[in-house]
Amino acid sequence: MLEGLSSSLQKAMGRLRGKGKLSEADVAEAMREVRLALLAADVNVKVVRDFVERVRERAVGQDVQKSLTPGQQVVRIVYEELTELMGGSQARIQMASKPPTVIMLVGLQGAGKTTAIAKLALSFRQHQHRPLMIAADVYRPAAIDQLHVLGKQVDIPVFDMGTDTSPVEIVRQGMQEAERQGADVVLVDTAGRLHIDEDLMAELDDIKSAVEPNEVLLVVDAMTGQDAVHVAETFHQRLEVTGVILTKLDGDARGGAALTVRAVTGCPIKYVGLGEKIEPLEPFHPDRLASRILGMGDVLSLIERAQERIDLEKAKEMEERMRSSTFSLNDFQEMFRQVRNLGPLDQVLKMIPGMNKLKGIENVDLNDKRFLRMDAIISSMTAAERLDPSVMNASRRRRIANGSGTTVREVNQLLNQFEQTQQMMKRMSGMGKKMGRRSAMNAIKSMGGLGALGGMKDASQLADLEESLTSKGTSHAPRQRHHRAKKKRK
Amino acid sequence: MGLFDRFKKGLQKSRTTLAERLGSVFRSRKLDESVYEEMEEAFIAADMGVETAMALVENVRTLARKKRIEQAEELPDLMVEAMSAMLSEADSDMNFAAEGPTLVLVVGVNGAGKTTTIGKLANYYLQQNKRVLLAAADTFRAAAIEQLLAWGERAGCDVVRHSQGADPAAVIYDAIQAGRSRNADIILCDTAGRLQNKTHLMAELAKIHKVAARELPGSPHEVLLVLDGTTGQNGLNQAKVFKEVVDVTGIVVTKLDGTAKGGIVVPIVHEQGIPVKWIGLGEQIDDLQPFDARAFAEAVCRP
Repeated sequence: MLEGLSSSLQKAMGRLRGKGKLSEADVAEAMREVRLALLAADVNVKVVRDFVERVRERAVGQDVQKSLTPGQQVVRIVYEELTELMGGSQARIQMASKPPTVIMLVGLQGAGKTTAIAKLALSFRQHQHRPLMIAADVYRPAAIDQLHVLGKQVDIPVFDMGTDTSPVEIVRQGMQEAERQGADVVLVDTAGRLHIDEDLMAELDDIKSAVEPNEVLLVVDAMTGQDAVHVAETFHQRLEVTGVILTKLDGDARGGAALTVRAVTGCPIKYVGLGEKIEPLEPFHPDRLASRILGMGDVLSLIERAQERIDLEKAKEMEERMRSSTFSLNDFQEMFRQVRNLGPLDQVLKMIPGMNKLKGIENVDLNDKRFLRMDAIISSMTAAERLDPSVMNASRRRRIANGSGTTVREVNQLLNQFEQTQQMMKRMSGMGKKMGRRSAMNAIKSMGGLGALGGMKDASQLADLEESLTSKGTSHAPRQRHHRAKKKRK
Repeated sequence: MGLFDRFKKGLQKSRTTLAERLGSVFRSRKLDESVYEEMEEAFIAADMGVETAMALVENVRTLARKKRIEQAEELPDLMVEAMSAMLSEADSDMNFAAEGPTLVLVVGVNGAGKTTTIGKLANYYLQQNKRVLLAAADTFRAAAIEQLLAWGERAGCDVVRHSQGADPAAVIYDAIQAGRSRNADIILCDTAGRLQNKTHLMAELAKIHKVAARELPGSPHEVLLVLDGTTGQNGLNQAKVFKEVVDVTGIVVTKLDGTAKGGIVVPIVHEQGIPVKWIGLGEQIDDLQPFDARAFAEAVCRP
C-alpha cells in the first residue's frame, strides 16, 4: 500500500542522496517531485503546499549533523514531517471510566462502516471486552441483515428493531439492551450519508445526544480524492469527530486521504481496514506508515505480526534443526505454514524494506494458492521421502504428482526449491550468531535478513538503513532478496 | 424538470465549489499566467489529476489565443468548450443486442454503489416498458443478495439468485437461461465489489465475463464500471485494470450530489478512452441520468 507515492518520493530523494552539499536549486527540484507525488496521491492541494513549504524551510536552513549527509537529512526531514502530518504517535480509543464505552461510526455511503464495525467489535472481543453492535442504518436496503450476518460470523450480538423505528429510538433501546446484557462496549452503526444532507446530519446530532458516545469515528475510504477535506471538515464541525478509520487500504490507492484528514481536522487516524474478510482492525501507526511511504518498509508491523502468529515453540525447534542442518521436507512444509500465518504474502512482502524497489515485484505471482499446492505435494510424500528426498525417482515423482493433483514438473520445482532453501539455511546458520537470536524471526529469515533489522526504531537509523540498502549492497539482506525474487519468477 | 436543470441541480455543490474558486479568478482581471496557474490548481482540486489539468489548461490557452481573448471573464466559455470536447472523445450511448436479451455486467470496487445503480437502471428501463431481469452475482458480501432483492421489489422485476458463497459465474449462467425463457430484454448483472489489485478476484471476474460470452454470444453488451464520485486518482487505476480484465465499455459515476466533483472521469475518458454513460445524482430511484458531456462541463465550469 502507498507504494506508488513511496516510489516517486524515492525517485526524488535518490537524486539528492549522492550529493555532499545541497544547493537551493537541488532542494527546489526535489520539492517539485514531492509535490507532484503527493498530489498524485490525492493529498489535498493546500496541505501539499504547506507541507512542501515546511520541508523546504527546514531543508535549506538545515542544522548540519555530522552523522548524516545532507541528502539523508532531507529524507529524514520528509520522514519526520510526514509522520507529523499524519498525527505523530499512535492514538488509542478512549475508554469510558464507567462502562459501557459507546463508539459511533459515521461516514459517507460505501465507505465501509458496517464492515469496519464488525472488525472493531472483533478487536474489542480479542481484548476481553463484551461488545454489542447496534444496527441503526434503517435506510440502505439489507444493511441490518448485513450486520446480522457479520455478527453471526464473529459471534457478537447485534441489536436491531427493523427499519420502521427511528434510529434515535433504536439506539436508546439498544443502550438499555446493552445494560441488560452487561456489554461493556457499544458500537453504533449509522446509515451512510452525504455531509451536505441537512436532515440526516441533524439525525446524527440526535443520535449523538441520545447515546453520548465516548468516540465518534469517521470512516473514510482510502481511495477518496480531494473531497476528503470537505467531508472530514463537515462531519467534524457537526459532530466533533474524535478519530478516523481509514478503510480499503489493501487496495492500490495511494491513500493521500490519510495525510489530508489529520492535517485538516486534527482528528487522529485510529485504525486502518485491510480487506473485506472480518479480521481485527489494525491500529494505525503514523511513523510506520511514513517509513513505508519512504520505502523503508514496515519492519515493526511485520515483527509484531510474527510474534503474534508464529508458534514460538515450533520456530525454536526449527531453528535447532536449521543449525544442525537436518532440515527436512517436514520442516519445509512447516515453514510455509508459519509464513502463511503472517497473512497474504503480498502484504507481508510490502512490509520488508526495499522490497518495493525490486524491479518487477508487482509482476511476481504471489498467489497464496501456490503454497497450498506445495503443501499438498509434501503431504503426498511418504515419511521416508520427506526425511531424505534423494530416494526420489521418476515413479515416486509420478505417484506424488497424482496424489497431490499436480504435475511432475511442479513436484520437481518444489524439490529444487527445497534444495536451494536447504543450502541457504546452511549459510544462514553460520550467520545466525551475528544476527541476534530472535527465534521468532527465524521462520521467516529466508525472506530476507530481517533479524538484523529488528531493533530499528528511530529516523536516523532508518535513514542509515535506507542508505545501506541503496548502496552497493554490503549488507546481506538485498542480495538474498534478489535471490528469492528470481526464484519466484521461475 | 428538464435534463439540463436536473444535471445542474444535482451538481449544484460541485458547481459552487469550483465556480467559487474560479469566480474570484475571473472577475475583472487581465488574462495572465497567474490566472492559468490558479485554473490548474482548481482543476487538480477537482480530482482531475496533474497531467489532465495541465492538458486542459493548455487547451484553454490555445482556444484563448485563437479567439484573441484578453479578459479572464470570458474564460468559462472556453473551459466548457475544452472540457466537453475532452469528455466527448468517446461515445456515451448504451449498446443493445440486435436480438435477444441485452446483458449488462456491472463491476467496480467495494462500496462504489453497484447494487444501487442496478436498482436505478432497472427502474429506468422498466419505465421504458422493457422486460428487466436482475442477476445477483454478488455472492460474497453479507446481505448483498437481500439488498438486490429489495431493489428488485422496489423497481418491480425478478431477481435470479443463488445463496451466499455460490459461484457467481453460475448465477450469470442461470440468469441467461432464465432471461431467454422469460423473453427478457435486459439482464442486469450485479457483481461483488473487488479492489483491482486482488488478482484472484479479478480472475473470478474474467471467468464471469467468459461464461456470459459463451452462453449468450455477443454478450456482455455493456460492461459498466461503477465509480464513486468522491474517488481520487485511484479511479484511473480502477478504469485501467478493469478495462484490461473485462473490457469496460462505460463508466457510471455515483454520489455526485455531494461536494465531490467527479473530476476523475475527465482523465479516464481522456487517457483510457472509456466513455461516461450514466451519472448518479441522488438517492431517489430516478436519480440516475444518462451522461451528457456538454451539460456536465457547463454545470462544472460556469460560475
